Amino acid sequence: MGEDLSAPGRRKRRGLHIGLSLVAIVLLGWTLFPVYYMLLLSFTRTDDLFQPGFYVDHPTVKNYTYTMGQENPFVRYFWHQIGNSLVVALWAMALVAAVAALGSFAMARMKFRFRRFVSGLTLFTYVIPSSFLAIPFFKMMADYDLIDTKLSLILAMTTFASPYALWVLSDYARSLPPEIEEAGAIDGAGTLATFFHLYLPLIRPPLIAIGTYAFLYAWNEYLYALLLLTGEPRVTLPVAMSNFLTTDNAPWNLLMAVSTVYAIPPVVLYYCFKRYLVSGLVSGAVSGT
Amino acid sequence: MSAPTRDGGPRAPSRAARLLRSRTTHGFFFTAPLLVLFAAFVIYPMAFGIYYALDADSYRALFSDPTFRQTVVNTLWYVGFAVNLKLVLALLLSGILDFPFVWIRVLAALFLIPWAVPALPGILSFRWMLNSQWGIFNHLLSKFGLASVPWLAQHDTALGAVMIFHIWKYLPFWTIIFLAGRRAIPNELYEATAIDGASPVQNFFYVTFPLLRNLYLICTLLSMVFTLGDFTVPWLMTGGAPGDSTHVLATLAYRYTFAMGRLEWGLATFAVALPVTLGFIGLLLRWVKI
Repeated sequence: MGEDLSAPGRRKRRGLHIGLSLVAIVLLGWTLFPVYYMLLLSFTRTDDLFQPGFYVDHPTVKNYTYTMGQENPFVRYFWHQIGNSLVVALWAMALVAAVAALGSFAMARMKFRFRRFVSGLTLFTYVIPSSFLAIPFFKMMADYDLIDTKLSLILAMTTFASPYALWVLSDYARSLPPEIEEAGAIDGAGTLATFFHLYLPLIRPPLIAIGTYAFLYAWNEYLYALLLLTGEPRVTLPVAMSNFLTTDNAPWNLLMAVSTVYAIPPVVLYYCFKRYLVSGLVSGAVSGT
Repeated sequence: MSAPTRDGGPRAPSRAARLLRSRTTHGFFFTAPLLVLFAAFVIYPMAFGIYYALDADSYRALFSDPTFRQTVVNTLWYVGFAVNLKLVLALLLSGILDFPFVWIRVLAALFLIPWAVPALPGILSFRWMLNSQWGIFNHLLSKFGLASVPWLAQHDTALGAVMIFHIWKYLPFWTIIFLAGRRAIPNELYEATAIDGASPVQNFFYVTFPLLRNLYLICTLLSMVFTLGDFTVPWLMTGGAPGDSTHVLATLAYRYTFAMGRLEWGLATFAVALPVTLGFIGLLLRWVKI
């Protein structure tokens, strides 16, 4: 401590701060500029779109009012599409929470024979890129005549978001005291009653977090939504946005307004649940070795 | 204790066996929804895909297609180079974000934005910035009297844009993973090396890196497997353009299957990457536990 008060110590500290500041400036420019540029374009008038610059001369909210009022052919089904995204994400959230809550109870609180098998299969599903399974999945849904239904997309999202959810929940559940089952046994409650009355209330915080994870997973999904849904009023928002790109004169300022609206829910949720969205990976990787 | 008790005392083998059996039933009951999902939507599609990909003719067709060979090279660049560059940067950055200053914490929070914004809006922003006529980059180049670059209309820069975007989007995530890993290192180790007068570089090579090595390896494997199947970023950034020269495996499989109607080629494209993927997954299964 005393060292830092000496002149060379202070100079060293100053040098450290200057070095860090330089890194910080580069890092912030790199990180924020694309986001700033998206916002900038969303407030740009169509007349100014073809004069690139670092700020807007005549900012306008027209792109947002057009989007909200569905007043442009490109955003004619905006509310339908955002609604589709929302419905799929909410269903994925509910199903993943249910499946992972049940699974984690077994994985963390019971010893049963094929536990390792379940754990291996879960990890396999987590790791295998979902795109590897997309074409057979599409074929399967076509065979069952489920193409163009939200159900097919919800099933896919539930499957691919479950492993991480199970991982985080089991990890949390393992840290709970063993008294849960004992209390249940004293009350003469069966396993199912123990699960509902004692276990579920205790895992509520991570359950909300992994529900959010599933919501975000489905909200951000592009490939499966592109494959499984067709028709302007029925697609989710990202698919609708990428359809803008197939035309030659896409209204980029409008597109950026839609982008901004689309990005707001995830940004808010990521910042609220940041801790839970990485904890599983870290604890799994650190404790697993 | 080993004497069998009548009526089954708590430790009697028959009772224990029954308990185990009933626990297995319970375990099955609680994990059944997961198992059904995995069986129906992971195992079955996988088996289906492999079955269709067994046709040797598909591979002959693939390897004689120059687009496929270019795609393999692109994928190797994407997975081998971009992912590893990203992870090295993440490891170094996590050291910077670990400094205990308040403003560093603010910086770390802002740095997470690309991770929180979905891929599509970010890609759209990059695409407009790289637009050869109206993009900000060419605008700047022309201001300095330099020739404009058709960023997304030539192979090298278009593939570069895909890789740069990948790093922009996913660097924050891996950085906080490594940051959490660094914070799990006991401080006493650094106090001990401080007594020996170790420099920051020595600290990194003799304390930090050896302790983070396992985490780093797992993250490398995970990120490589994830990126091997990436569709969204290459598809939305270039769509394979110009002239199908910037495809990666997933986008080429999409093109074979849906634009050309060759399902078996699409599945074979993934099957080519399957041995590597399964090898990586095998390693991960040994190292990571749920």
